[in-house]
Amino acid sequence: MSAILDNAALRGASPAGALELAEQAEGTALRAPVPRFDETQIDQLFAAPRTPALWGAGFVAALAWAAFGALTLRWPNKIVGFSDWAFTDELGVFALVVAALLAVLSVAGRATPPLLRAREALTGAGPWLIAIALALAAWEILTAKTGSLPTPFFAPPQALIEVYTDDWQRLGDSAVNTLKLLGIGFGLGAIAGFLVGVSIGWSRAIGYWVHPVLRVLGPVPATALLPLTFYFFPSSYSAAAFLIALSTAFPVAVLTWSGVAGVNKSYYDVARTLGASDAFLVLRVAIPAALPNVFVGLFMGLGASFSVLVTAEMMGVKSGLGWYLTWAQGWASYVNMYAALIVMALLFSGVITLLFTVRDRALAWQKGTVKW
Amino acid sequence: MVSVATSSPAFDQQDIAIAASHPVNDTALPANDTGARIDIRGVDHWFGTRQAPLQVLDDVNLSVAPGEFVALLGPSGCGKSTLLRLVAGLEAATRGTITQDGTAITRPDPSRIVVFQDPTLYPWRRVRDNVALGLQARGVLGKERQRVDAALARVGLSEFADAFPHQLSGGMAQRVALARALVNDPRLLVLDEPLGKLDSLTRLAMQSELVDLWQRAGFSALLVTHDVEEALFLAQRVIVFSARPAKIVAELRVDLPYPRHRGDARITELRHQALRHLGLDASW
Repeated sequence: MSAILDNAALRGASPAGALELAEQAEGTALRAPVPRFDETQIDQLFAAPRTPALWGAGFVAALAWAAFGALTLRWPNKIVGFSDWAFTDELGVFALVVAALLAVLSVAGRATPPLLRAREALTGAGPWLIAIALALAAWEILTAKTGSLPTPFFAPPQALIEVYTDDWQRLGDSAVNTLKLLGIGFGLGAIAGFLVGVSIGWSRAIGYWVHPVLRVLGPVPATALLPLTFYFFPSSYSAAAFLIALSTAFPVAVLTWSGVAGVNKSYYDVARTLGASDAFLVLRVAIPAALPNVFVGLFMGLGASFSVLVTAEMMGVKSGLGWYLTWAQGWASYVNMYAALIVMALLFSGVITLLFTVRDRALAWQKGTVKW
Repeated sequence: MVSVATSSPAFDQQDIAIAASHPVNDTALPANDTGARIDIRGVDHWFGTRQAPLQVLDDVNLSVAPGEFVALLGPSGCGKSTLLRLVAGLEAATRGTITQDGTAITRPDPSRIVVFQDPTLYPWRRVRDNVALGLQARGVLGKERQRVDAALARVGLSEFADAFPHQLSGGMAQRVALARALVNDPRLLVLDEPLGKLDSLTRLAMQSELVDLWQRAGFSALLVTHDVEEALFLAQRVIVFSARPAKIVAELRVDLPYPRHRGDARITELRHQALRHLGLDASW
């Protein structure tokens, strides 16, 4: 058994395992003759379990989507005072198409490689596919079919489709403007916070002056400064950018600072005995060592900046998803609000995913990292 | 060991930096034919405040000849490692002078490289980039990149050049730390219990490797250890220190050729002497 694992690891099945094993076998042991054995033994050991003919969860999901489609199409909408919901038939047809695709994958998934690949990609999502169909069906019944949840505060799924097809231009503009403002504010704030954090972590003199200011003013929520900044800044847009930068800079500065201050002192000793200059100690030792902390700060700053961003857009900035929400509220158009909230959720989640992707690349050297 | 004084009489007056950057004409790491001469004269050292001073070194006088291997042996916490930090230039002695080839040591210099008890590899750098640290810090990496691979080959870790430190075992990490020191072609290698945290088998293997590296490169070596056998196996002279404040209580000359044999009767005899100076000879 051990010989099999040994060889498998050295063949590259697991790089970390190979290193450990090579280390165990260090020295003369490495040159000891490795017993030869049957390749099929390894294949059996590592062979994936055979895919079953029927994908059970997929089949149930297909049934659930079919039921959702059927009830959307066959159960007449309850008409409350105004014209019928548009896109009801389209939604029903869409659900039936999803059901048909899932049925094909679950029954005939093993027929051809492309189908098998699609099925394997979806296997983990099976329970979610069932749950989504059931949730959509319940939503459809409670709103369009029975009216248990009253209009205009609640709307059926097809109403969202209507918003996205009719108002996509305004929503798209809002999303772009939100991203732009977020990029300006978060970018400036992250840079400023990083520089402040590094300098107070590195220089005692700068720390003496900046640290107390940071401690007193840092915890003040940026939104509390909103009325003040709208007065001081030339435009509400620049005021919002400043506040977003401020809310980002605080956590980034504090975490960068603690990262720099917490660097293992012997890292500096090593570099100094090797002839490193002060600039080298900051750029090549302190900053890389503090980087994991910096990313925690960026993550926290991003969360804070979202809330300031949306508040600022609701209060003064005349564009963006926050503005869209208040605009929709002014028209009592709750469907548009739901639509905008969904866009916002996807947008912000995507931004955080992007941050974590960058983090994973920058910190590839770390063993285990926080999952998103 | 080749003596500096005869091969280059003018050398003592020159700045030590010249030795660190002496021309490289071989692709392999060239043997450094000039180990540093270290003179420690009347060194006292205190830690702590004026109210609660703590003396760690008491009138230490010691010389290391060029190319000599000297071990400092003493009870743990006695102040041997502090002496190494002073020699490395990481701290200044409270009283007394420490010179390298006649020049006072005031700050760290790449001609004196320290290998610490922990490998202290930078976890964000691959093995190769960790070894390249000294060359990069002095801005000569572009010119002398081939030395990195040569140093890795010398400690037998060429295959792991692209690994990250967390993928290495303790012994491998310490060998990378050695390569990181050797790539700078040091004139003095300061070893602060470099094998202290390794398992006993790896430790024995690395003791032999150390002797081998020292014999080939010709640097002077100053080793702190609290392992009597290690000191006797590696060093030409073993300096025994008292408990804090550290004071030299004995000097043992290990007049045995390399490679040495651990079972040698002379080593057993010297071990008994050393333990007697440390007050631990009852069990031997």
